[in-house]
Amino acid sequence: MKSDYDIIVVGAGPSGSMAARFAAEKGVSVLMLEKDRDVGYPVRCGEAVSKAGVSEFIEPDEKWISSHINNFALISPDGTEATIEFGDAGYVLERRIFDYELAKTAAKAGAEILTRAYVNGLLFENGIVSGVKYEYRGEQKQLSAKIVIAADGVESRVGRWAGLKTFTDFREMECCVQITASNINVGKNTLYFYFGQNVAPGGYFWIFPKSNNAANIGLGVSGMVGKKKSALSFLNEFMSNNFPDSPILTSIAGGVPSSITLDKISGPGIMLVGDAARQVNPLSGGGIASGMIGGSIAGRIAGEAILRNNLNHILSYDKEWHSRLGKRHEVFERIKNGIYNFSDDKFNKIAQSFNSIPKDKRTLGRLFTTALLNQPSLLVDIAKVFII
Amino acid sequence: MYRQAKTGKLLIEILPNKCDFCGCCVGICPEDAIELKEAEIYIIDERCTNCSKCIWSCPIEVIKFNKEGVLSKSLA
Ligand SMILES: Cc1cc2nc3c(=O)[nH]c(=O)nc-3n(C[C@H](O)[C@H](O)[C@H](O)COP(=O)(O)OP(=O)(O)OC[C@H]3O[C@@H](n4cnc5c(N)ncnc54)[C@H](O)[C@@H]3O)c2cc1C
Ligand code: SF4
Ligand code: SF4
Repeated sequence: MKSDYDIIVVGAGPSGSMAARFAAEKGVSVLMLEKDRDVGYPVRCGEAVSKAGVSEFIEPDEKWISSHINNFALISPDGTEATIEFGDAGYVLERRIFDYELAKTAAKAGAEILTRAYVNGLLFENGIVSGVKYEYRGEQKQLSAKIVIAADGVESRVGRWAGLKTFTDFREMECCVQITASNINVGKNTLYFYFGQNVAPGGYFWIFPKSNNAANIGLGVSGMVGKKKSALSFLNEFMSNNFPDSPILTSIAGGVPSSITLDKISGPGIMLVGDAARQVNPLSGGGIASGMIGGSIAGRIAGEAILRNNLNHILSYDKEWHSRLGKRHEVFERIKNGIYNFSDDKFNKIAQSFNSIPKDKRTLGRLFTTALLNQPSLLVDIAKVFII
Repeated sequence: MYRQAKTGKLLIEILPNKCDFCGCCVGICPEDAIELKEAEIYIIDERCTNCSKCIWSCPIEVIKFNKEGVLSKSLA
């Protein structure tokens, strides 16, 4: 290991690995630091992703695909199930393996990786970020870098230390719990989304099938809801009503910052990617694909900045992100504020009228017309958003 | 001895051995007053304003409001 690098990436999730890989592909020196002992573990994720979202970065491989998805089922509060077929739309991943494979692509491109390295501060030179302080096996150390890329996920402290406003308003944080349970008899190729005041007010409840009859089951509620009733209470109720005897293989907590991207995601010597930049799709809560996109853009631009010996070049990242996805997320955010405020009654009506269309005619186009006739065109947008 | 927050006694308590280290509370804390390592979490007393937002955001109810004040670790 060297004592200074062109680029240091903090956090080895999907966005960090892509940032490290795209930077290393430019031939500059890159080190990625991860506080956990293992890349990809623990998994705090429903693991659903669109095929297009991952195949831009890695060749789909059965070893990290737990199930193939071609159906979406939206379940309204009265139990009406509106299903939409989407062809070969996406996957439920095995992120424990997937994240590892992504990190390996970064290593293959030439990036160094160090786990158990907890970054706890930044170094500055003339007000510009110039490296990181970190704790490694009980010892305090430091390393210099020309650019630090913060990929430190939902907790996102590195950006704050660089003077960017990164914390998420508690009302916009989806506070989640999820279990992976066994003996769950649902469609193997269907993602289930439940809506309603009793299951997940202001958000949704999900069942995403995995191999061997297991499934990721969870929900997120905003901190505003959490004030009265926690995500855990909602999950416990749902499980005792629906799957009282299912063995539980894992259970995790987690946070999804469901907001638009931060105002600023780069500054002198610093760039933010993935959850740390709040690049999650605010409507679906999906952040794997968008984080990889953010990471890849940031990594490439950082590499170019080093090669051109022009560190100001990193400031062009904000604009590129916004034209690729950031602007779209602003639309999704508005849709989210619309649908998540629907009454239970409205959800029921939409699902019922959609179901009056014969199943083989429930194409996206028909869905669009039906939803329009029923006024809220938003249902279509939900559907579209989940496959982007 | 009570622990001292930025705004008087510290009233926010993370229950020992219950946290899942998920980072949700850290992401919403307006004061950057929560330290979270791989499997260790604590409030940075002098930054905390007792605003309670972390309590509402913890998905598994591990953070509590203690109106008496939180005692220092050595005496607790
Ligand atoms: C319950 C739940 C369900 C979800 N379901 C889905 C889904 O179905 N589909 C989807 O697309 N998205 C989903 N998401 C969102 C998705 O998990 C995230 O958007 C995605 O993991 C973000 O990737 P990232 O690389 O930005 O951050 P992360 O994957 O969180 O990686 C950040 C890394 O940084 C490390 N780190 C943090 N601080 C430091 C530090 N100081 N020093 C060193 N390392 C540090 C962390 O240990 C971590 O490994 C879900 C999230 C949750 C919580
Ligand atoms: S009470 Fe407020 S300031 Fe204190 S740790 Fe919680 S969120 Fe941060
Ligand atoms: S939100 Fe709760 S479970 Fe998550 S890190 Fe904070 S205290 Fe721990």
